[in-house]
Amino acid sequence: MIEVQNLKKIYSGTGKPVVALDNINLTIAKGEIFGVIGYSGAGKSTLIRCFNMLEIPTSGDIIIDGSNITKLSPTQLREKRREIGMIFQHFNLLSARTVRGNIAYPLEISGMKKDAINNRVNELLELVGLTNQADSYPAQLSGGQKQRVGIARAIANNPKVLLCDEATSALDPKTTLSILELLKDINKRLGLTMILITHEMEVIKNICDRVAVINDGNIAELGPVVQVFSQPKTAIAHEFVKQVTNFEVPESLLQQFSEKYSDNYKLLQLSFLGESTGTPVISDLIKKFNLSITILHGQIDRIQSIPYGTLVITIEGERENLTHALQYLTDNDIRIEVLADGHQ
Amino acid sequence: MDINSLLTGFQDLNWSLITTASYETLYMVFWPTVIATLLGLPIGILLAITSKGHILENRAFNQTLGSIVNILRSIPFILLLIMLIPLTRKIMGIAISYEAMIVPLSVGSAPFFARLVETAINEIERGVIEASQAMGSNLQQIIFKVLIPESLPGLVAGITVTAVALVGYTAMAGVIGGGGLGDMAYRYGFQRNQTFVMYVCIILLVILVQVIQSIGDWLTKKVNHR
Repeated sequence: MIEVQNLKKIYSGTGKPVVALDNINLTIAKGEIFGVIGYSGAGKSTLIRCFNMLEIPTSGDIIIDGSNITKLSPTQLREKRREIGMIFQHFNLLSARTVRGNIAYPLEISGMKKDAINNRVNELLELVGLTNQADSYPAQLSGGQKQRVGIARAIANNPKVLLCDEATSALDPKTTLSILELLKDINKRLGLTMILITHEMEVIKNICDRVAVINDGNIAELGPVVQVFSQPKTAIAHEFVKQVTNFEVPESLLQQFSEKYSDNYKLLQLSFLGESTGTPVISDLIKKFNLSITILHGQIDRIQSIPYGTLVITIEGERENLTHALQYLTDNDIRIEVLADGHQ
Repeated sequence: MDINSLLTGFQDLNWSLITTASYETLYMVFWPTVIATLLGLPIGILLAITSKGHILENRAFNQTLGSIVNILRSIPFILLLIMLIPLTRKIMGIAISYEAMIVPLSVGSAPFFARLVETAINEIERGVIEASQAMGSNLQQIIFKVLIPESLPGLVAGITVTAVALVGYTAMAGVIGGGGLGDMAYRYGFQRNQTFVMYVCIILLVILVQVIQSIGDWLTKKVNHR
């Protein structure tokens, strides 16, 4: 559906040239929700704006649905842009038009007849749940409602691709979830391909199929969300995962443990994914290896429909048993991270 | 000025002269406002969209047009009036009459309004214009469906300011023969030392400005949905 080949963007202003995108290669499947995460300045905004040529790449190709959008004439590009919807962090609605007028805009400019526009707008108002606000102006709406208008406007022309540029970053957590639900629903119903950029792992976790972690204009890591969550390979991916599975063992507690258990304890963070979430590992560890266990923190979450758990525990016992215990956990598909080891 | 002389002043006022002068002033404010709007709007839009980073960036064009606007704005209006006498005669067939004054008044106020248009358009958030581009709008659609409607409150406020400025210009236009309240105040008040007539004219001009401003404010508020 979408293919990005050797994409490069260099800003050469008055000062030193800035490399925003170094060398990006991507393939995005039809109907996929593809997330791009990165810190501000990483290049993610530049990347998404290349998909509809709001940003003109320095070199490289972007092929959407068979046509290379970097090689289109201005007229062809305008036509193509009608197949690519976009929603924005700050909504960018027309303040002089009502909700109805805003949603009608893309239909007007594509030359649709008035009656047809009216019907389509009514459909869209219902889809995003704004039928009662149809005649309000954007200034009278909440952030979440504004983004719903943005979404309705973006999909009005039945695009094949929807670009979401930090679409929920200006919204509170509850509204964010409702907007993500709406996007998920639209993705399922209309089967359109979605690319979204964000700095919030929460967003990726909730709706993306795959994620690319972008850093310094390069893709640091790319894979199915579940995989990146359970086994982040790079330090930066790890940092983002931590946003969601946020747990830091207090320093004072670490101190306490090392004094108490001397060299035969370990502090572990266990990650469970999918089936392993249901395994009674703790009681097994106690029974089989004669260990004492303290549970410090536990959390269970979902990445799409797959349960994902984290548990922070200390295990204490014979040195040899500790080693066996780790082996046992690994055999049960549980990912272990040793946060502290009394032996060292 | 005591009560008696005030009363005599009122009795001696030539109301038909004042009515004529008022009509001439209204004429010299109304038509140049219309023409300055029609001329200044496209110039202002061009200035805005050809500026750096805008949708039709063109440095050479922008600087040339900007310089012309600046030159016209830097000529004191009273001198512009005199400079434009030949042009006025060509267009209107006559150089000196309140109708003929439409030419210099329009030429004098259009560049002023153009700058106000430019400012109003520059106040539109870039993101809104970008969104319309992302939806596949062409230049014409961006101008007529985005730039003008989105800057309408600013444009209406700009027209109001221009009309008020024109009230001041009409006095100068009057002095070189255009007629109107300003001219009447000048001739009776200054040349014939009939200060009473002058004050009546000034009061009428003040009322006119107040009325224009009130209508403008009301309209600006009405079209503002921000």
